Amino acid sequence: MDFKNTSDFVHGFWNYYVIVIVIVSIIGCAVFLWVQGSAKHKPGEVTGHVWDENLEEYSNPMPNWWRWMFYITVVFALVYLALYPGLGNMAGSFGWTARGQYEAEMQAAEVQYGPKFNQFLEQDIMSVAANPEAREMGARLFQTYCAQCHGGDAGGSPGFPNLKDGDWLWGGTPERIKESITLGRMGVMPPMGTKPDMDAEQVKDVVHYVRSLSGLTADSVRIQRGQELYPQACAACHGVDAKGMEAAGYPNLTDKIWLHGSREDKMIEIVTKGITNQMPPYGEFIGEARVHLLTAYVWGLGGGVKPVAAQ
Amino acid sequence: MQSQATYNYKVVRQFAVMTVIWGIVGMLVGVIIAAQLVWPELNAAEWLSYGRLRPLHTNAVIFAFGGCALFATSFYVVQRTCHTTLFAPGLATFIFWGWQIVIVLAAITLPLGITSGKEYAELEWPIDILITVIWVAYAVVFFGTIGTRKTPHIYVANWFYGAFIIAVALLHIFNSAAIPVTLTKSYSAYAGVQDAMIQWWYGHNAVGFFLTAAFLGMMYYFVPKQAQRPIYSYRLSVVHFWALIFTYMWAGPHHLHYTALPDWTQSIGMVFSLILLAPSWGGMINGIMTLSGAWHKLRDDPILKFLITSLSFYGMSTFEGPMMSIKTVNALSHYTDWTVGHVHSGALGWVAMITIGSIYYLIPRLFGKAEMYSVKLINVHFWLATLGTVLYIAALWISGVMQGLMWRATNADGTLTYSFVESVKASYPFWTIRVVGGVLFLTGMCLMAYNMYKTIASGRAVDDAPVIAPAHAHAH
Repeated sequence: MDFKNTSDFVHGFWNYYVIVIVIVSIIGCAVFLWVQGSAKHKPGEVTGHVWDENLEEYSNPMPNWWRWMFYITVVFALVYLALYPGLGNMAGSFGWTARGQYEAEMQAAEVQYGPKFNQFLEQDIMSVAANPEAREMGARLFQTYCAQCHGGDAGGSPGFPNLKDGDWLWGGTPERIKESITLGRMGVMPPMGTKPDMDAEQVKDVVHYVRSLSGLTADSVRIQRGQELYPQACAACHGVDAKGMEAAGYPNLTDKIWLHGSREDKMIEIVTKGITNQMPPYGEFIGEARVHLLTAYVWGLGGGVKPVAAQ
Repeated sequence: MQSQATYNYKVVRQFAVMTVIWGIVGMLVGVIIAAQLVWPELNAAEWLSYGRLRPLHTNAVIFAFGGCALFATSFYVVQRTCHTTLFAPGLATFIFWGWQIVIVLAAITLPLGITSGKEYAELEWPIDILITVIWVAYAVVFFGTIGTRKTPHIYVANWFYGAFIIAVALLHIFNSAAIPVTLTKSYSAYAGVQDAMIQWWYGHNAVGFFLTAAFLGMMYYFVPKQAQRPIYSYRLSVVHFWALIFTYMWAGPHHLHYTALPDWTQSIGMVFSLILLAPSWGGMINGIMTLSGAWHKLRDDPILKFLITSLSFYGMSTFEGPMMSIKTVNALSHYTDWTVGHVHSGALGWVAMITIGSIYYLIPRLFGKAEMYSVKLINVHFWLATLGTVLYIAALWISGVMQGLMWRATNADGTLTYSFVESVKASYPFWTIRVVGGVLFLTGMCLMAYNMYKTIASGRAVDDAPVIAPAHAHAH
């Protein structure tokens, strides 16, 4: 794609149309001012027209300072349009474009700041997490890119996981955290789990059984009925023991941690309608060096899990 | 001549009274949403939440308060300066009731979340159609009256009102063009950046024609009337009128700097916004200089104080606007409170104050009194309004510039110094001052309502004001 030409014209005609109409309009302002400025005036005398008993107008000339201010803005406009893009497809003699400015600034920033981030890329996550300077940089990145959802203290909020409690949907090892940040994650629970023919009562039964697994209040009769439904409706993903599956992001249902809250009506809604939850990918957006620092920061918040080799 | 003919004051009276009432309603909603920013707990129910009430506030103050003020004054001015009664009085009655229905429908649909999502044009398509019908009727009444005038020349105030009526019809129809899906839902006829451009072509000219040109029409009648002095310069009024209505049409793209809008469009929006400075100031010069030789009148005439102060705020915000349209300035000011403060220096300082002054001029004349019930209360109102406006805009200048600086501040490693929420936290003191400013302004409006009520209670509806024969032109 030709980013130099982003004029959006659908036909070459519009290029000339815009050039002509803009120049004529700007110069027209000055010509109009000039013609009107040379009209005869009788300062201090009224024009002779009267409306509504006493509304009259003096025949005073336009203030000179005002006319010059008008002319100056016209000249500025013409000069500006010669230097910057404005006359259709004409680039302007400075060759400036918004995209060009953005790319130049991003490049300059990469030259200036890139090495500061890249220096940590060769180190493993746990060493980076132990480095105070890297932790500070990671904290700043976190406030810019992560705090909106996960909170300024990384404590999370409904729908957005707490990152310092040692509970990980997708795994808490350096590799898994880095993958989560780089590629993003998409958690999907289908409506009615894997038993689409459940009726409302059965959904409620299953919910009561699941609640009982982590000690939430539940009805004992429903628990029993729900327990019979669980293998068919939930076990395929959440596991026979209901401890979930980190590799695929299936939540543990026994650990008293409820991403979307533990209210009964909320749980019934989720089982009935299913739910999709998303973490956007940051790899291409901020680059590997910054992802590396963020991984170390998040890993070091207290909940990080040591990689298998280091255990 | 038809010495028996009388001016149609009824519709003027209706709109004048509703101006004050809708002013209080619109500004009250403004105070509520300002308070919601300081105390978020005030977002009590979904239909009382900030996102629903904010468009209600803007629609109420612009189209209910400002709209009623423009209908009232334009119907008064066009009759008086054309030396004839209102054309098609039945249509004028329809306009009044139709406009009130539009306002009530807005007050119901916006809190319910029924919106087209276009700023300052949120109302859904059935209401848009009703507005269009009313606006055509307005054009018929206004231009019909001009057409049946008894004077050879058209007074300058009517040029501005006329331009406003034509331009708003154009803006409303093009920007509101949409494909209806249901009675309460439609999709814009435009897509992507073209939709954004049409929206801000509309948005900026809503400011330019609804809130500037039309209120300049108000200024051109009520300032010379109250000052009892001739307009300073006829030539200046000719040049700044044509230059203003011509250049305003180009300025919209400055709302979309550094967006997907093509560079050439942004540049043109910026240079025409700068050219707009002189034409805008022409109105201020003509208004303020009209008072030259009669400055002493400012000492004891609070109505004149309102009118002249409004022109000062007008001059200030029409200088600020072109400066903010410069791309490098806009890079700092855009999306911050600075924009909100700028709008309110125009809305409170210019639009509301010129309206308040004009309505104080009108009410006694419409209800057979020599002056308002209490001139002292007008004076109190003036100081409340001025202080409220200054507090409001000064607070938002500071918070706006502060937000812009905080958002662009970077650390030694290029990361942002502040998270967004830190800039929100830092804004709280200024948002509190803004609430105080708004409460002062609203209090002034309540005093005005009381003053108006007392004046009307002891007065009578004037329906027998005879149409005055035009004065004999006396050439020098």
